[in-house]
Amino acid sequence: MWSIIHKMGSPPWFFRFSGTLVRWLLPVTISLLLVGAFWGLLVAPPDFRQGNSYRIIYIHVPAAVVALAGYYVMALAGAVSLIWRIKMADITMRAAAPVGAVLTAIALVTGAIWGKPTWGAWWVWDARITSMLILFFLYLGVVALFQAYENKTAAARACAVLSLVGTVNIPIIYKSVDWWYSLHQPASIKFTGESAIDSSMLYPLLLMILAFYCLFALTVLLNMRADLVWAHRESSWLKQLAGGA
Amino acid sequence: MSPDSPLLSLHAAFTRQFFRHMRSLMASPADVANPLLFFFMVVTLFPLGLGPDPERLAAIAPGILWVVALLASLMVSAKLFASDFEDGSLEQLALAPYPLAVLVLAEVAAHWLTTGFLLALVSPLFAIMLGLPEQGLTTLVVSLLFGTMCLTLIGAVGSALTVSIRRGGLLLSLLIIPLNVPVLIFGTTAVAEAVMGGNPASWLALLAGLALGSLVITPLAMGAALRVSLDS
Amino acid sequence: MYFDSLSAVWFMDGHGFYVWLAYALTAIPLALTVWLPIKRIRQHWRWLQAEQRRAASASLTGTNEAGV
Repeated sequence: MWSIIHKMGSPPWFFRFSGTLVRWLLPVTISLLLVGAFWGLLVAPPDFRQGNSYRIIYIHVPAAVVALAGYYVMALAGAVSLIWRIKMADITMRAAAPVGAVLTAIALVTGAIWGKPTWGAWWVWDARITSMLILFFLYLGVVALFQAYENKTAAARACAVLSLVGTVNIPIIYKSVDWWYSLHQPASIKFTGESAIDSSMLYPLLLMILAFYCLFALTVLLNMRADLVWAHRESSWLKQLAGGA
Repeated sequence: MSPDSPLLSLHAAFTRQFFRHMRSLMASPADVANPLLFFFMVVTLFPLGLGPDPERLAAIAPGILWVVALLASLMVSAKLFASDFEDGSLEQLALAPYPLAVLVLAEVAAHWLTTGFLLALVSPLFAIMLGLPEQGLTTLVVSLLFGTMCLTLIGAVGSALTVSIRRGGLLLSLLIIPLNVPVLIFGTTAVAEAVMGGNPASWLALLAGLALGSLVITPLAMGAALRVSLDS
Repeated sequence: MYFDSLSAVWFMDGHGFYVWLAYALTAIPLALTVWLPIKRIRQHWRWLQAEQRRAASASLTGTNEAGV
């Protein structure tokens, strides 16, 4: 166990390991996404109330799920970096923040597009969309704070503190927005829950969620590799790799 | 305390830090009055923007008062640690043989007494100007007392994170507005509930819980954030 | 397969515009988030290799900083 963690903290080992992983993950992710999108767009039956517009669920829900999980990944990496001062954890956190922000933005945009045919408006202050918007601000805060510091070691630690505070807060935010919405919910807008989703619609959704998780892992790894190459451009192990290639 | 032990107890260090900061805040009464004036002026803008219809104003008064309180706390958080950072007294605090979290908490407590606490006390005045029904006034004060505690503590974390950044003001709002969302929701809902004749106790209890939770968690975050700011 | 013609896939009973817009606005940023770091790695890598060649030719002709 400890030897794995120790290895993870070693840039040369991680660089080689992530290289192999990326080479596997890239085709797997692309095929999962294609199969999932094909299944959700063309094979699955339409929803009996929303018709075909519900097909947006196959990107909206996975993006939202992975964006939220991504915040926890980021905060976990932040905690590791604060407690053990492991450089690799800094790089993970820095790599995860923009990916999470993009996924949150996708969830927001697809939610808005889905809202138009469903509710007749591009933007509705629905509980889930509102929480997503707040999550988006939380991500932007981390990205902006990182940019604002000139000293990138300090930046990583500041972002770690911020994302940990955010992590404590996220469940409270979600709960409070839920209550807020149920108190103010207009009678005309009522969203059908997913509780009664049919398996013919559920399987492509699960597949797409898996695909988005793979995509998150892939992009985080790629961002980490790009940062690593630049951070270690002077070190001999990387020069050997580049020279041998 | 025996004369040969130079260390104060943690409690005494806290009180000394608290009164020292209190005195420096009281030295400039204009700074204490500024947030209240801001509150007053922004509240005036709403009837001008929305029209003087008393019924409409009364309906949205809880929301207005709470949003303006949030903005006022945002404004004052920006300079919470600024002067201490510039004159180097923050560095001294970090070197002191006490947990930084405790000393910083003393400063934040003094800060809250001169901003959020005062704001909560004078809020009924502005509430009456907006026509908030009388049964909501007590709840407004209590909710603002707990609420500004949360807002100040969260704002202090943001301030600690951005104090070493030049022009960190806008960044600070980006960092802490999303974290303040639950406070705003619980606060406005409590007041609205009281205005409608319901029992706001559960919402006030939630706010008090948030305040207690922040009191435990945020000082640690402030301490860590200030050390980062001092190192950078 | 639910749809029976390509135009039905496009139209989706009137919801085609929304569905395809949503998928396009997802695909483009996702492709970018994958492609941008790959491009960045390639750039860094090429810079690194160029640096190596420079160092190698400098040491062959004996004109590196150390002067040997």
